[in-house]
Amino acid sequence: MTTEATSSEKYLEVQRSAEFAGLRRKLRNFVFPMTIAFFLWYALYVLLSAYARGFMSVKIVGHINIALLFGLLQFVTTFLIAWYYSRYAAKELDPTADKIKAELDEAAH
Amino acid sequence: MLNIVAAESASSRPLTITLFLIFVAITLAITIWASRQTKTATDFYAGGRQFTGFQNGLAIGGDYMSAASFLGIAGLIALYGYDGFLYSIGFLVAWLVALLLVAEFLRNSGRYTMADVLAFRMRQRPVRTAASVSTIVVSIFYLIAQMVGAGALVSLLLGIKPGATFLGMDADTAKVATIILVGALMIVYVVVGGMKGTTYVQIVKAFLLMTGALVMTILVLAHYKFNLSTLLGDAAAQSGKGEAFLEPGLRYGVESASGSATFYSKMDLLSLGIALVLGTAGLPHILTRFYTVPTARVARKSVLWAIGIIGTFYLFTLALGFGAAALVGGKAITAQDKAGNTAAPQLAQALGIDYLGGATGGAVLLAIIAAVAFATILAVVAGLTLASSSSVAHDFYASVIKRGNAGERDEVRVARISAFVIGAVAIVLSIFAQSLNVAFLVALAFAVAASANLPAIIYSLFWRRFNTSGALWSIYGGLIAAVVLVFFSPVVSGSPTAMFPDSDWHFFPLNNPGIISIPIGFLCGWIGTVISKETDPEKYAELEVRSLTGHGAH
Repeated sequence: MTTEATSSEKYLEVQRSAEFAGLRRKLRNFVFPMTIAFFLWYALYVLLSAYARGFMSVKIVGHINIALLFGLLQFVTTFLIAWYYSRYAAKELDPTADKIKAELDEAAH
Repeated sequence: MLNIVAAESASSRPLTITLFLIFVAITLAITIWASRQTKTATDFYAGGRQFTGFQNGLAIGGDYMSAASFLGIAGLIALYGYDGFLYSIGFLVAWLVALLLVAEFLRNSGRYTMADVLAFRMRQRPVRTAASVSTIVVSIFYLIAQMVGAGALVSLLLGIKPGATFLGMDADTAKVATIILVGALMIVYVVVGGMKGTTYVQIVKAFLLMTGALVMTILVLAHYKFNLSTLLGDAAAQSGKGEAFLEPGLRYGVESASGSATFYSKMDLLSLGIALVLGTAGLPHILTRFYTVPTARVARKSVLWAIGIIGTFYLFTLALGFGAAALVGGKAITAQDKAGNTAAPQLAQALGIDYLGGATGGAVLLAIIAAVAFATILAVVAGLTLASSSSVAHDFYASVIKRGNAGERDEVRVARISAFVIGAVAIVLSIFAQSLNVAFLVALAFAVAASANLPAIIYSLFWRRFNTSGALWSIYGGLIAAVVLVFFSPVVSGSPTAMFPDSDWHFFPLNNPGIISIPIGFLCGWIGTVISKETDPEKYAELEVRSLTGHGAH
């Protein structure tokens, strides 16, 4: 592997580069707010299950109530966030990551 | 309601055992094949990093969908209705933490174990010791819960009643024999097959479990002409609890006359919810799965597959649970097992009688699902044993004892010995624990993973200032907080369903420690960091660049 050949100055240099800073910003600006969002959304669901029993038991169609719908929506949002992240990463993160990696690999040889 | 002959499981016994033996024979053949392909440490610890995203996604599902989720959640829904569904949701949403914050960075910067990332920029020996301790604690708790569960299940699934005998064994002897058999098989899978063998065992198991659950779901829905509302209505009617069965509150956050009891019950619900979501991404046997693929991008793909597979599975459990409530009925289920663990197999029997023609059909479907349940337990315990023995060998032996000077062969030899020892210890502990109520151990494993491991992983990857002291504080702080709170909680003493129901030393009112211990883990990590001057910007630069780009990844 190429690690041993890459000096710590090189890593610091890359870390300070505008390109890497951009990659880090794009990553963090996506994953941190998204984590907070899905956690709050999930917490809302758990809180409603604990403290808003009347609301959760309202029926929508037949025997299907808000509690069940809310639970199923958690499945839907989980699938959507996963899909959206993979699309975002492929478009916004992977090309920059590959470019920086290629430069580092090149420099190590 | 269908005609249920619960005691009839004895007639399905030969078929259950035959199917189980076929599973064991196939997986052992795979294990022996895998052992021939296992030459290097990377082969043993990480299955040669050659699995595809889909294969690893299935294997993650195999590691994750334990008997607790298959039999446990179906049983919870069958007995308590809607509240069982809360588990499914927490267990699924948890995967977003793994996807967004952990999987790819871990794959890029680590090699074989969780500690590889935690110790990356820290002093190796203390951090690896701490990570190894918490890996073993989480894995052993989880292992004992699974193995004791296996012992209890086998007598139920094979229909061995107290007083009756099977192959000359009474129910209690059969339980001990099952624990020993499950333990012995898991040791063989891990020692002989390493990660490669274990991964294929997970794949086969996940495939069987998904197929079995899919077939049962279709049969249940077909019975109600694919009308979910009719199924729910029938389940509610049969449960005797009416519409409340379809609403939260029968099991968790129960409202009672006592104000403080209601308050603590609701806090417990929140605490459980948080631990479920934050625990998954700190489970060592899940984390090591990310190393079995060639790149971080494939690790991402495998988590996407896992989310799809696990999510679909939990949707199936909804149909299975409510189906069991409607078609088997709570009374027939609790007559077999008070905790409801036999709801899914009993439902299989009912569906078999309905669709496959009478008692024989019922026996056939019951046998298939019982065999799938055994396969499920076997695969999960193998994954746990592998993760903990890897940590003993790679973190404790190679880095702490040998100070990084262990040869590759030497390390793998120690890993194999550790797997044997950990397996043996788990067998002995499980035999002693089998008469105790240890169901809480799975929740405790999640709480420790969320309180000790997750803060350390997140800080390591994203916080520049984090250091050795912070890592030790967060791991030991979160670990001790979770274990101590549970030790003084009603699940260990002071309640009729406690581990020691006849004693009472509890003072912590909640069953689940997460709501207190997870913040303690994060807080300890912060305090430990700021009270130490140690900081290594160069190593952090290396970790950050490598974890985000994949440069220098193993």
